[in-house]
Amino acid sequence: MTEKQLAVHCQHIGKTYQAGGQKIVALNDIKLEIALGELMMLVGPSGCGKTTLISVIAGILDQDEGSCALFGEDLQQMRSKDKLNFRARNIGFVFQAYNLLPSLTAVENVSVPLIINGVKRAVAERKAGEILELVGLGTRTKSLPAQLSGGQQQRVAIARALVHSPRLIVCDEPTSALDHETGQTVMGLLKDVALHADRALVIVTHDARIFNFADRIAKMDDGHITSVGAVNGLLG
Amino acid sequence: MNHIALKMLMGDKGKYLGIVMGLTFASLIMTQQPAIFVGLMSRSYSFISDVGLPDIWVMDPKVQFVDDIKPLQDTELYRVRGISGVQWAMPMYKGLLKARLTDGTFQTCNVIGLDDTTLIGGPPIMLSGKIEDLRRSDSVIVDIDGARDKLGKPSPTSGGKRIPLAVGDTLELNDHRAIVVGIAKVTRTFQSQPVVYTTYSRAKSYAPRERKLLSFVLVKAKPGQDIAQLTRRIRAATGLSAYSHNEFKELTYNYFMKNTGIPINFGISVALGFIVGAAVAGQTFYNFTLENLRQFGVLKAMGANNLTLLRMILLQAVLVGSIGYGLGVGLTALFGHAMRHTILAFKFPWQLLIFSGAGVSLICVFAALISIIKVIRLEPAIVFKS
Ligand SMILES: Nc1ncnc2c1ncn2[C@@H]1O[C@H](COP(=O)(O)OP(=O)(O)OP(=O)(O)O)[C@@H](O)[C@H]1O
Ligand SMILES: [Mg+2]
Repeated sequence: MTEKQLAVHCQHIGKTYQAGGQKIVALNDIKLEIALGELMMLVGPSGCGKTTLISVIAGILDQDEGSCALFGEDLQQMRSKDKLNFRARNIGFVFQAYNLLPSLTAVENVSVPLIINGVKRAVAERKAGEILELVGLGTRTKSLPAQLSGGQQQRVAIARALVHSPRLIVCDEPTSALDHETGQTVMGLLKDVALHADRALVIVTHDARIFNFADRIAKMDDGHITSVGAVNGLLG
Repeated sequence: MNHIALKMLMGDKGKYLGIVMGLTFASLIMTQQPAIFVGLMSRSYSFISDVGLPDIWVMDPKVQFVDDIKPLQDTELYRVRGISGVQWAMPMYKGLLKARLTDGTFQTCNVIGLDDTTLIGGPPIMLSGKIEDLRRSDSVIVDIDGARDKLGKPSPTSGGKRIPLAVGDTLELNDHRAIVVGIAKVTRTFQSQPVVYTTYSRAKSYAPRERKLLSFVLVKAKPGQDIAQLTRRIRAATGLSAYSHNEFKELTYNYFMKNTGIPINFGISVALGFIVGAAVAGQTFYNFTLENLRQFGVLKAMGANNLTLLRMILLQAVLVGSIGYGLGVGLTALFGHAMRHTILAFKFPWQLLIFSGAGVSLICVFAALISIIKVIRLEPAIVFKS
């Protein structure tokens, strides 16, 4: 694979936290490649560094060592303004805790990434409405997050992650606050609606029941990636 | 992003109301206490305001404020009249004299003697009778507060309310008979004695025999005459002090500022009001930002830059600031309106509006700034923490 076809190309990533005079090595010599059109899952025990790794990949946390290129560009080398713009255009986020703005309606929440990118409000909200339709919430555009179930909120969050057509979507535990069935629906949406040839998905999860949605799975332990492979190999 | 900022602010009605109420409270105590202070201090010179008409007040050089009477000889009046640029100059007597009431008790009164013919310097508002009635023999005009209270006649039933002094009643001022021909409304001063207006010559006859009895010479400048120039000319020609209307107010005001405990006592309560108001308002707004930190973090992760977030926070601060300020100032005005007939001093000039407005703006900008520092320092990576 050449650089150009890679969505994510991490080399020798290291990250150490300082907590009360103590050093915690969260990432140690991480190597990871994710191709466009691929759904990559990051799995591993609690505290092994999964969240830290996707934070670095998404450019919201700086690594101490190594380099991480997104679509051939190294975010750490960018000026902070360019980095923000890059993030605004190219990355969508889905969180375990949904992180919707509680006082905005579904359609307003979904339009936020477009507005950050300078799209006019009316245009942004029209586009947001279309995407909500796509995730099956066409009738709930005016609802506030508190008026929606967990699964519906996560679908709004997925719509928000998609609306500006980013090239990479990062998800941290998108299903762990949901019951099994809802989790399957949400994963179905991510796989069928969010994923396509020009976009990569990175999903951090504990939830073995959704492993089968992955194209490849990277197993982590104690700051390392211990194996990367197809689902069957891992489960076997 | 503006509509997002506003929705964030107003989305939680309870919190929103809390911030607005905090700022309302802050604006209230930042305007109400100073208004009382300004009202109180303006009483120091309200007699000068009431006299109104003259451009210049001439007096003994040792006079430090309006109630500090150092009498002049009557001849000074004619010297002032002879100075060029003087349209007219009138005498005024101001002094404390004892009045004997019909029930035999004594009450000190602030007696004002006005020029016999022109009656210049009389009370600003007549409630009954006419100021011209002072030309009748033995006549006096009494202020309404004095007439109701200290000069009132004892109630026929014991412990009842006093009967106000009315037109036609008599008093004795230093053993001279005085007939009340009018009741006037005067602006309250620091002096609590009843105010009694009469003519200059009658005031002199009431006053104890002394060589000098002229308290002030009131001067009107000729049209087009520069007041500052004329005061200088009067000073040079007579060796007396001459102040323009506003200078005399200022002299009096400054005397009270320097020589009484009012400014320091009130200054402390005003400063305290300001600090408490600032703390309450700043704290509520800062708390609001802290509670919304995660939302700001999400926006930041999604690529919103610091300037955008700064503008959002400033907009929120300006909005709650203006609403709180409007409500607080409104409450202060209502308070002043409710108290208008009481003894409470209250004055709400536009300068105070600006002063408190600047104060509230300062608080909001400051609160917004410490909030924005928090947001700028915010690591967007917190969004993944649950
Ligand atoms: N801000 C921080 N300061 C100090 N230590 C941190 C910080 N964030 C994470 N860590 C530590 O780094 C290590 C990796 O944390 P990370 O959140 O990446 O784990 P994780 O694999 O996502 O765990 P989980 O499955 O529980 O979410 C842990 O030991 C954690 O305690
Ligand atoms: Mg995690």
